[in-house]
Amino acid sequence: MRTRTDLRWIWVIAMAVALVLPWIFFDWKTSRHSGFVLTMLSEIGLMIVFALSFNMQMGQAGLLSFGHAVLFGLGGYTTAHALNAIRSGGIWFPLELVPLIGGLGGLAFGVVIGYIATKQRATAFAMITLGLSELVGAAALMFMTFFGGESGITTDRMIESSLVGATYSAPWQVYYLIVFWVFVSVALMWLHTQTPLGKMANAQRDNFERTQFVGYDPQLIRFWQFVVSGFFAGIAGSLYTIVYEIVTYDALAASKSANALLASYIGGVGGFFGPVLGATLVVLMQSGLSLLSNSWVLYIGVLFIVMVMYAPGGIVGILGHHAPIARIGRLHELIVPYVRILVPGLITLFGFVLLVELTSFVTIGATQGKKFKVGSLMIDAATAQPWMLAIGALLIGGLWLRLASRGFMRVWDGLIEEAKTLGGAAR
Amino acid sequence: MEVFLVSLLNGLVYGMLLFMLASGLTLIFSMMGVLNFAHASAFMLGAYFAYSISLIAGFWVALFVAPILCGLLGAAIERFGLRRVHRNGHVAELLFTFGLAMVIEKVVQMSWGLLAVPYRIPALLDFPLFSVYGTQFPAYRAFMLLISALMFLAIWLALTRTRVGLVIQASLTHPEMARALGHDVPKMFTLVFASGMALAGLAGVIGGNYQTTSPSMAVTMGPIVFVVVVFGGLGSLLGCFIASLLMGLIQTFAVVLDYSAADLLARVGLTVTRSSPLGELLTMPLPRIGALLPYILLVLILWFRPRGLMGTRDT
Repeated sequence: MRTRTDLRWIWVIAMAVALVLPWIFFDWKTSRHSGFVLTMLSEIGLMIVFALSFNMQMGQAGLLSFGHAVLFGLGGYTTAHALNAIRSGGIWFPLELVPLIGGLGGLAFGVVIGYIATKQRATAFAMITLGLSELVGAAALMFMTFFGGESGITTDRMIESSLVGATYSAPWQVYYLIVFWVFVSVALMWLHTQTPLGKMANAQRDNFERTQFVGYDPQLIRFWQFVVSGFFAGIAGSLYTIVYEIVTYDALAASKSANALLASYIGGVGGFFGPVLGATLVVLMQSGLSLLSNSWVLYIGVLFIVMVMYAPGGIVGILGHHAPIARIGRLHELIVPYVRILVPGLITLFGFVLLVELTSFVTIGATQGKKFKVGSLMIDAATAQPWMLAIGALLIGGLWLRLASRGFMRVWDGLIEEAKTLGGAAR
Repeated sequence: MEVFLVSLLNGLVYGMLLFMLASGLTLIFSMMGVLNFAHASAFMLGAYFAYSISLIAGFWVALFVAPILCGLLGAAIERFGLRRVHRNGHVAELLFTFGLAMVIEKVVQMSWGLLAVPYRIPALLDFPLFSVYGTQFPAYRAFMLLISALMFLAIWLALTRTRVGLVIQASLTHPEMARALGHDVPKMFTLVFASGMALAGLAGVIGGNYQTTSPSMAVTMGPIVFVVVVFGGLGSLLGCFIASLLMGLIQTFAVVLDYSAADLLARVGLTVTRSSPLGELLTMPLPRIGALLPYILLVLILWFRPRGLMGTRDT
């Protein structure tokens, strides 16, 4: 029962953090919110919903989709059209409930796309979603009435009808609307994992022949799971439209689908909350790193590859591996080994980042007339020293990391072994 | 008639180019179960390597060196990356190559710039070979056809006449049995992966200056090659060959035939304008829909016949 109460506390803490966060960046002198922070927080919120809805397919049902953004984008387009209709038609429909329209849009397209895609599973499913993603992406650029071609569909969220009397002219109002919908969606998705459908999705992921044998139709389970996931992806797309007041081709493009995949996988697809962590991290990298560097996609990509190779459970998986050691109260013994791999790790990272930035600067930055500066230190990429430094740090750091990680694994394996025997004795 | 003949030749050239990419991918996919997302990246790298090498040593050196570089890269990816990820299952392998494709695209962007590079046809082959009804056929296209035909012959001979080829064929259909008989299947994997990437690189060398060499060429080519592989069917090189040619012809002819469904309906006396119901879809000219055709085919084939044209087992 202890874990249940723990979880309840996490919800309350998360809610408090989400409500207070904008005020930490509030500028008291001008009494204005930071627009950048609010947009970033809103983006984190909608990406959390998007990544979680992706994980309903990937983690829960074992369906790897390369076209999840199609549902997201179509939910967004539906919302844009709905908002425009509400405005021009003078219909009273509160903005607070508009995400529901986007969700229903996502659900409707989920029925159509899911009907085609969920006929297959595993690699064939991935291929169909890839094909459909390319198909809808190309169609979005061709058809003007629904997609608006390349310029997309613009809209206006100030529809002058609200349940709480807000105008939604200020970004902080939109932010709180998003916080509300994120918590509602996350709670619903969490509850969904406890339903028979959620459980059967797990079952057909792990052993689909056996699921058939007990009398369930795996294809039908996949289909309903896909449709429900489409509903939440639609809500996320709807929130996206409300924040940016425009939906373009980008919202359903392959790169958006890739974002959901990266966020979920880096966070961890095994548990429910992994994608929340992953989405937060990816958006922070996207907004923070993109200010500093052109190559942020490369960093996320490399992080993703490292995760796939060394930590298939994602961040949550890594944390989870520590649980048995924490249970026997020996976590502090890992501090020194961690520092030992952290030092060469940082050197390797430094070498890698410097190398990437130097290369990228010589090709792209220099032609744009930029200067390569770290703080006040000017770096001349035309000389050999910075290159030598980067390659040296990468090689030495890498070799040192290899050696150090062996030592770390020895300590780690020892502790896990002890945790196993102690755990067994206690039982 | 002249349009037909010229398009037929162009379709053939494009189809053979597709086959060079798809043949390696089919072998990798059938043997290892890995749908290699980075395959089209090797195509792109081949073109970029060839561009850089041709600046220093000329096109003919690049023709040999660039594919070898791609092959070595492929061997390294298989040996140090895929083999490690292999124990986490096919999805992990798929994701690994997916991440790799993303990283390679960024690396190309930061090494060669965001825009297309001026990778040109060698001067020696830059002349019209013959003309069909007044339309000239460039010698370079004939050269592409020659190279890809030679490649097809080489693959076929290697697979049917050599011992290694026979083991590869065996592990295509019965990987477990081949392993049980004592053949080093992992080594075959490395070999096939490396040669597949080398072939893709070669396709890049001769295709990069035929199309444009830009950082987006992998993203545009990748899905089409997947379509060919799935369409042709797993474990069948012949199916892959037919699918490649078919896809090349479909795409070439779709560009040439400037008709829409509305024109067809007009023949039977129905007038459709943009404002009538479904008007936007019906008046869309075929060249624009042509870009969608491969994906429509992909979805249809996976839906109705997941084993593809001549596949021996389901995708």
